[in-house]
Amino acid sequence: MNCVDFVELVTAYLEDALDASARRRFEEHVTRCRGCERYLRQIRDTVAALGRIPVDRLSDAARRRLLDAFHTPPR
Amino acid sequence: MDSDTLPADEAVVARLREGDESMFARLLDLWSPGMLRVARAHVSTRESAEEVVQESWLSVVRGIDSFEGRSSLKTWVFRILANTAKNRGRRESRIVPWPGVLTEPPDEGPTVDPARFRGPDERAPGHWRAHPGLWPSPENELVAAEARDRISKALEELPSRQRLVITLRDVHGYSSAEVCAILEISLANQRVLLHRARAGVRRRLEEYFTGAEEAGL
Repeated sequence: MNCVDFVELVTAYLEDALDASARRRFEEHVTRCRGCERYLRQIRDTVAALGRIPVDRLSDAARRRLLDAFHTPPR
Repeated sequence: MDSDTLPADEAVVARLREGDESMFARLLDLWSPGMLRVARAHVSTRESAEEVVQESWLSVVRGIDSFEGRSSLKTWVFRILANTAKNRGRRESRIVPWPGVLTEPPDEGPTVDPARFRGPDERAPGHWRAHPGLWPSPENELVAAEARDRISKALEELPSRQRLVITLRDVHGYSSAEVCAILEISLANQRVLLHRARAGVRRRLEEYFTGAEEAGL
């Protein structure tokens, strides 16, 4: 496995979608390639950073309206 | 993600049918952010997306007695949401086709610039020409805040299907199975979209970090 192949397998690896032999070759490669080790870490850092960005929430007014509607459902 | 915090579907549904407001409020708070995100892919404004989410929750309240448990409750709620959003989008005559194959670049080709690797005539072909640059520690709060900003911008620039998948997975923390069920795509397709999206966001962060380094920051 070279680095060109490695970078395209990162998501499959993280999703646990590689078969046993591909997984072994992937892990072997990363132990002896500084560049790919760093690439994999940066992908993980990117995922972690994505988990910290603020998300859009329902406005308080909309939330209140829905809770009111829940009490008097138009069934 | 919320399997940790929510009881099993049967218990949740039973409590909703009994009119348990606290359970309904929990679902509202847990799922509305993701619902807003999905709705945004179909309608033109944030306000419109919020109306779609409200309308969908009202349908859930009206229809909870008819929920049969053939899918998970979450998938059922998101299906109602998707249908409501699509109808609304059609009314706004701003139809975003799903999957948007006609309007989006194909999901193929390398995700890292081939020029970063050694060519076939060089020593060690297919290996990094120069390793990816070091990134500053994510513990630096200033760096982290700026990176969040960059990431939000990078997400906006992604093709819409990639944006939807990476946002549900990595921002909202949904599982791959949930995303496949919600968007009605295969696991393999979901993985391709996620892969391209993550590589794209990493690339933008790299541009920012290495650019900042060169500028002496």
